[in-house]
Amino acid sequence: MPDSRTSAITVQLVYLARLREAFGRAGESLTLQGADSSVGTLLAVLRERGGNFGLELGAGRAVRVAVNHALVATDARLGDGDEVALFPPVTGG
Amino acid sequence: MTVRVQTADFDAGREIAALRAGDSRVGAVATFIGTVRDVNDATHVVTLTLEHYPGMTEKALEAIVAVIHRVGTLAPTDQIVLVAVTSAHRGEAFDACRFLMDYLKTRAPFWKKETTPEGARWVDARASDDEAAALWEPPSGPR
Repeated sequence: MPDSRTSAITVQLVYLARLREAFGRAGESLTLQGADSSVGTLLAVLRERGGNFGLELGAGRAVRVAVNHALVATDARLGDGDEVALFPPVTGG
Repeated sequence: MTVRVQTADFDAGREIAALRAGDSRVGAVATFIGTVRDVNDATHVVTLTLEHYPGMTEKALEAIVAVIHRVGTLAPTDQIVLVAVTSAHRGEAFDACRFLMDYLKTRAPFWKKETTPEGARWVDARASDDEAAALWEPPSGPR
């Protein structure tokens, strides 16, 4: 068993559409402590920043998450090097 | 199967001809063309800009048949999307065409942003689109 207190993973975040504008950036690299990080963990870390992160990812706001280009639920596990995209519900067609 | 995401306009007649070329079993072609409206939620729309997520878009659309979806800034009456489906008889073609549009509107990573006389705004997703897409899923299936 890896020691979850000392291991860490780094994910590449991609912000799209309204979220890109609200966060003022197209993405960033983020390191999460612990080996058992999920999408929910990531969202909680971002929410704690407050400001537009707290607002856009807060209760009552719909956010979709894709890991390596596939839509996932908030209990999905994250791995080192994953590309994690956050975006509002899609409106194409 | 053709799936393209592009800024350029498309010629539906040419795409349909290419899709059915040389297949004498085809007895039905159903198409859907989405175009830009000059009004949304009672506000005049000047332009509509479509954004997508390169890499994921193509993957999300691979499951389906013949689709061209434009991105970039468009004006009212411009064409946005073409979905074309062929089959032996009309029932399957209509069903497949409707399924593809419901899928596009709820699963494919595109976003619309309108400019209006009052400024720019992102278009909100419609709950009715989610409900339409859900009708295609098995009753007890995962969402």
